[in-house]
Amino acid sequence: MTKTIRRSGERVRWWTYVLLGLAVFACLFPLYWMFVVATTDTATATRLPPEIAPGGNFFHLAGLVFTTVPFVRSIVNSLIVAGTIAVGHALLCSLAGFAFAKLRFPGRNVLFLIVVLTMTVPTQLAVIPQYMIISSLGWVDTLQALIVPGLASAFGIFWMRQHLSTTISDEILQAARIDGATTWQIFWRIAFPLVRPAAFVLGLLGFVTAWNDFLWPFIVLKSPEMYTAQIAIKALQNNYNIDLGLAMSGSFLATIPLLVLFVFVGRRMVAGIMDGAFKG
Amino acid sequence: MTTTLSTRRAQAAPAGTTSVRQRITERVAPYAYIAPFFLIFGVFGLVPLLFTFYVALFDWNPIGEHVFIGVDNFTRLFADARFWNAAWNTISIWLLSTVPQLVLALGLAHLLNHARLRLAVFFRMSMLVPYITSVAATTIVFAQMFDRDYGVLNWLLGFAGVEPIDFKQSVLGSHVLIAVMVTWRWFGYTTLLYLAALQAIPRAIYEAAAVDGAGGWKQFRHISIPSLRPVIVFTIVTSTIGGLQIFTEPLLVSRSAPLTCGPVRQCQTLTLFLYEQGFGQFQFGYGAAIGVALFVLVVALATVNYVLSTRIRPER
Repeated sequence: MTKTIRRSGERVRWWTYVLLGLAVFACLFPLYWMFVVATTDTATATRLPPEIAPGGNFFHLAGLVFTTVPFVRSIVNSLIVAGTIAVGHALLCSLAGFAFAKLRFPGRNVLFLIVVLTMTVPTQLAVIPQYMIISSLGWVDTLQALIVPGLASAFGIFWMRQHLSTTISDEILQAARIDGATTWQIFWRIAFPLVRPAAFVLGLLGFVTAWNDFLWPFIVLKSPEMYTAQIAIKALQNNYNIDLGLAMSGSFLATIPLLVLFVFVGRRMVAGIMDGAFKG
Repeated sequence: MTTTLSTRRAQAAPAGTTSVRQRITERVAPYAYIAPFFLIFGVFGLVPLLFTFYVALFDWNPIGEHVFIGVDNFTRLFADARFWNAAWNTISIWLLSTVPQLVLALGLAHLLNHARLRLAVFFRMSMLVPYITSVAATTIVFAQMFDRDYGVLNWLLGFAGVEPIDFKQSVLGSHVLIAVMVTWRWFGYTTLLYLAALQAIPRAIYEAAAVDGAGGWKQFRHISIPSLRPVIVFTIVTSTIGGLQIFTEPLLVSRSAPLTCGPVRQCQTLTLFLYEQGFGQFQFGYGAAIGVALFVLVVALATVNYVLSTRIRPER
């Protein structure tokens, strides 16, 4: 960890805390509000002045969520998709980042340039052919349609290459080669363990992105048993007879897993994002 | 794993006895390591993108005929008021969400970049909470908070004597609502990127500037901003690419008419229009033509922004 150099000397003014406090309030209030509407009786969303304290109705609404859509199933689906992507993405990007950072091979620079350039390609607007491809693979309404496209990314390769080239010296690799280690052994036994923290944060970012993804699952998934948590929220919102409290309750339940995760690893995520590609 | 490593090492130990097969494996290894990305990007990124241009030339029904019609989809598109409406909505929402977001992030990063700031970790972590909250959940909460009759915001504005604003029904209101959600989600992440870049600036430069009599604002303008140039360019380009493809917020804002983001398409973006035509009306050809138009828009604006933002020069 490099020592951070910051603005020097002068003491922190009081209004710095006021402004930062406002920013924190803006960040956290919507989540608090989601919790309030998800815990009070069903009419709270339509009452003035609004309730500002949580009520005791959480379990009633949560129960409704579970009976309206297969919610447990959708959480499990989300865990499968986001978990597989997190692990696969971290490993595959580390592997490719390792090749670009530490191996010499013909075409390396051109291929890396191509990887970087693909980051600027807006692929989301190609959803119609993407759907056709998934359809011809027979993957419509399956979880692999969500998992496979998310297993590697240009951003991840760029990120891991950055970390691998700064963390690992060529001398160590040379020594390993002289000892007769294969390229795979060098990666798996030496390089990867050294950049595991960076790979972990990359996996987390992949998990968050996959967990929150909406457009693609919305197009690909058809039957309620295959829904991810986000699509289940949308299905709750469609239900006209029951008011907004239900959708809020579902939203809150689908956000809890990430909040819990964040409590444990948020610090490392912050450090990872700040330690990324743009220092200096 | 340990045992295989040691046995293989034992076999390979005498120099010059490596088998041909092993040498080929070593030669191929780098390509094998980068192959998964190129395979995945090719199949799910590049091929679909190129195929979009092809499908756009057809009257393409997903379960029926594919008839080649040349540029007819585009002639129809340019004469379609719904397309121009969606294009303006997209640009409007993108501007309303990008500009305040980057300015806000810049200011907050400046505030956070202080050696003696207390609770620094708490501030940073809190600002990342919106990023981990899903767009779907965000939209449902914000749509409620901005509700005309029962929203907290209008209730508070009422104390200031402001008449209730119907955000969802008006054009500007719905754009502001969506822009607020996008800004909320991304400003913390952007702040952290800027903060990291600020912390990489050597303290000596600020000290020298202070000695020369440059105050906080001057230091910010003449040292911080120019040093942040690479990351500012990066965030401007990525928020252009992302901001022009907004889909989930407009889809979920209107419960009564989701595919058009309200009865008069007041906040239907191009991606949502694409979805409506492609998957709502099953006109894959027309939908693909919208995709091509969106592609041109994204590339054009990203290029313009790249050129403009690289003009930020260090000032003396």
